[in-house]
Amino acid sequence: MEIVVCLKQVVDPELPSQEFAIDPASRRQVRAGKALVISTYDENALEVALQLKDAGAASAVTALTVAPAAEAKDAVRLALAMGADKAVVVDDPRAALLLGAEKAALLAAALRRIGSFDLVLTGCESADWVERVLAPLLAEALDASCVTFVSRVEAGTGRVTARRLADDGVHTVEARLPAVVSVTSDEGNRPRLPKIRDIMQAGKKPVETVPVAELTDLPAALRETGVEVREVVVPQRTTTCEFLEGEPAEQAAALVQRLRALKVV
Amino acid sequence: MPRILVVASALDGTLGRSALELLGGARALAGDGGAEVVAALLAPRMIDGAAETLGRHGAAWVVQVSDAALSVGQTDAALIAVEAVMTRVEPDVVLVAADTVGRELAPRLAFRRQAALVTEAMELRMDGPAILARRQVYGGRAMATLAVTKRPAVISVKPRSFDAPEPADAAGRTESLEVAIQAAGLKAVVTGVAAEAAEVGLEEAQIVISGGRGVGGAEGFKLLHTLAELLGGAVGSSRPPADEGWVPISWQIGQTGKTIRPNLYVAVGISGAAQHVAGVSGARTIVAINRDNQAPIFSLAHFGLVGDYRQIVPSLTAKLKELKST
Repeated sequence: MEIVVCLKQVVDPELPSQEFAIDPASRRQVRAGKALVISTYDENALEVALQLKDAGAASAVTALTVAPAAEAKDAVRLALAMGADKAVVVDDPRAALLLGAEKAALLAAALRRIGSFDLVLTGCESADWVERVLAPLLAEALDASCVTFVSRVEAGTGRVTARRLADDGVHTVEARLPAVVSVTSDEGNRPRLPKIRDIMQAGKKPVETVPVAELTDLPAALRETGVEVREVVVPQRTTTCEFLEGEPAEQAAALVQRLRALKVV
Repeated sequence: MPRILVVASALDGTLGRSALELLGGARALAGDGGAEVVAALLAPRMIDGAAETLGRHGAAWVVQVSDAALSVGQTDAALIAVEAVMTRVEPDVVLVAADTVGRELAPRLAFRRQAALVTEAMELRMDGPAILARRQVYGGRAMATLAVTKRPAVISVKPRSFDAPEPADAAGRTESLEVAIQAAGLKAVVTGVAAEAAEVGLEEAQIVISGGRGVGGAEGFKLLHTLAELLGGAVGSSRPPADEGWVPISWQIGQTGKTIRPNLYVAVGISGAAQHVAGVSGARTIVAINRDNQAPIFSLAHFGLVGDYRQIVPSLTAKLKELKST
């Protein structure tokens, strides 16, 4: 089984709020000078792929990303150091402006160009726009089966068994290959830390860069999205916190008094 | 007048709150201009009174598809059914709940119908010919307004974003639509459903006591549970305890996880990452208990208690018990 994992780089979502700003011109987060990381769940998706490879169920794992080529270097190096066999970078200077459907169009075209894959893994959502559309759109574009919010994947013959974390518990889903599966985190797919030796060897692994202009075979359904970002605003928090001081018993008494006054308890 | 199709998914055999919330969303979108609201009722079998309930809450027309394949988690089957209803109804807008099935369904439906797509909308209104959908972005740190000009448009709606419309007498018309769903043709099939020890009524609870990484382990959640029980509330968590396996995933509140709007939210050992805050910003009163007085949660909280929760939470429990007994 060959696996392709889609990775996205985002401004580190753990950065403190003071470092968060919206650029009014692009209506996107200010990226310049900020630390970029692989979007949270994308690393879990890569880990799931690598576990399938470790178990002998996958023959090759390819990391695929759409980004300005220079900006993608760190993410690509980390993915290769973690254990991906090769990387494909769709070099697109406008990548950070693309919404999910536009990104899905490019990724679908890139996957068709890669050609050989049985399973495509993505994160269940990106840490920035949280649209949760990539896996379902790719599944449609590639005529593949689709399962989202999956924490574990087991390989079978011509299919995978996915453990989907659902609103009402855990679903077991049998999906035919090819399949596109989005991955959420759990204790079993925590991303591995590469060893020094892995990091050294990552530099020798193949990285293919594809100029975005070469991807012309975009799915018709995703060409005109009909959606534009009109405004992005940071809501002003009006709450001011009243700190209740003292020993724990005094703090507790003060809180109960206030909650009773508000008729909350 | 635009026609809005609401996907009322009752795959577990009951018509849940989310369908009625979508009718609230349809009403918000219709605004003063009005709209014809149609509901697609998807269920494994006919459900007594469900079509009538949808009618009383604003659906002028209910198209029901009943088929054994329309069961829990079965997106592929639901997709075939909704496509059939779309062909029958020809809506301008389709509203889908952003739940386990809806999150898969909305993008796939949009792709198949070459429709515009917006997910996780929290507010909807018309602005001339454009639909304006507001949603959280950047882990809840910002709100984006998206203008949708293409039709049809498929929009998924984040749970708890709209109230169900007040019920009225006028029930709409109802019809059944036969849809051929070939179970053998489905590419992804749910073969098992394990209902987790879901914290009862986390989404409905008026009081939620929630723990984060600072709680330190499964053991610490017992203190939270005692307090929640005393208050008739529920226990929740931020992402780290769910990831670490201290609590079931179904307890998780936030962008990934549940969205809640309780009267009282007590955040214990929760730093206040945007990802978590996104799920609780609708809470009326927020109390934060944390050792770090610089924790971002305090910028959201109404009351802050800086200290060790192992001492503060039992003190709170004791104080409330004392009040109850007097």
